[in-house]
Amino acid sequence: MAASGLAGASGAARPLMRLVTMSGVPILRQLQLEERLLRRSADNWCLINDGTAPPTIVMGTSGRVLELVEIQPVLRDRVPIVRRFSGGGTVIVDQGTVFVTFICNNSAVPGLQPYPRDIMSWSGQLYGKVFDRFGEFHLRENDYAFSHRKFAGNAQSITKKPRWVHHTSFLWDYDVKNMDYLKIPKRAPEYRRSRNHTDFLCCMKEFMPSRSVFTDGVITALGDHFSVEPTDLETALSNDEEFVPTTKLLSQQDLEEIVSSKESPSVQKVEAVP
Amino acid sequence: KKSERTEATTKRRTNPGVTGDKGAAPSKSNLSAAAVSRIMAMAAASSRLLWASRAASYLRISTFPRAFSTVPKDLKYADSHEWVKVDGDSATVGITDHAQDHLGDVVYVELPEVGISVSQGNHFGAVESVKATSDINSPVSGEVIEVNDKLSEEPGLVNASPYEKGWIIKVKLSNSGELNSLMDDEKYATFCEEEGKH
Repeated sequence: MAASGLAGASGAARPLMRLVTMSGVPILRQLQLEERLLRRSADNWCLINDGTAPPTIVMGTSGRVLELVEIQPVLRDRVPIVRRFSGGGTVIVDQGTVFVTFICNNSAVPGLQPYPRDIMSWSGQLYGKVFDRFGEFHLRENDYAFSHRKFAGNAQSITKKPRWVHHTSFLWDYDVKNMDYLKIPKRAPEYRRSRNHTDFLCCMKEFMPSRSVFTDGVITALGDHFSVEPTDLETALSNDEEFVPTTKLLSQQDLEEIVSSKESPSVQKVEAVP
Repeated sequence: KKSERTEATTKRRTNPGVTGDKGAAPSKSNLSAAAVSRIMAMAAASSRLLWASRAASYLRISTFPRAFSTVPKDLKYADSHEWVKVDGDSATVGITDHAQDHLGDVVYVELPEVGISVSQGNHFGAVESVKATSDINSPVSGEVIEVNDKLSEEPGLVNASPYEKGWIIKVKLSNSGELNSLMDDEKYATFCEEEGKH
């Protein structure tokens, strides 16, 4: 059970949240750590990863490669593709991306129901405190936007403890050329209105003075709800080495099979986890 | 709706100012034209609201879960919002109407392999909705003997028919005594109401 921390404004003790700050950690490693903390830890966590390398395509659990990715340039340029454990869409991430992840026992947020829209709404309120002073911030469907331009995408994974991950990839900056590896998805938010990537997206650096202003703002906003305790990455990594994550890097063989089979819509089968 | 149309028609027929009919006009005696106009506007707005809410319900575009979900009598329920229908030594499992309503439109179902073991209270698969994967727990222990492959092409069956066409797995039970720890329909309905209050 997570220890309680300092009392909040209402006098109730704020639950403990362990904060891990990283920089440049490969996204595959970050996601596998998140999945392990979700399944094997009892604590609340916030992970911040400022930039990642190499540039990587990250798909949601049910994403179909051929529908979402320009496969020939990806194969030609050997761009890695990761299939993550959470839902949601496809992104290409690099040094310009800042990741913020919350891994929480649902009881840590009083009154919150452990369902996607409830968690998304709670996150929008939290990030509103971070961004309101810098631009016209909105939670638009499931994205964070300034006005009508998206600067962050979200995804979640919810277990029945209940315990959940809500993770976000923030576009501090992005390389326009990298967008050529992604198709415009069939399942797109209404507010996108068929805009291409450059018309739909915007960069946070146009609105905020520095990355640290952003990450410090997140930590301050968290402090209203949680007692935030900085924690070493090594401590986070030390839980249960035997856990096998479902998040994986698609191998060259996986991709060749996908291309040759034209990716038939078979159901993805998983083993039950004891 | 039929009664509303009849009432509206009656009002038109008895108000010569609207239709030109010369029939009896009770509205003339006590109500001003402005009041009559307000009443008719309210009736029209009320009809539009009724139509809109029925359309939204049919099209499933409401953003708020319904206050009361369907809870069939002949099933058993887990507090993680799965149902089980027992048939001899096997059982069918799915997620409840309450669960599908709160999850939103299901776009993908992650199913287990036939032949694997499931255990009560542990997850065996997941549904994807909005941007989330949400675990599905098994309310019983046993061996998976069938999975609903239709869900690969029509994941929305989980929303449209959570207790029938949206079934997820069939299990050969290894311990029917576990059923005693599950809720009946009344207890589960109360459980859902209590959960909504917190």
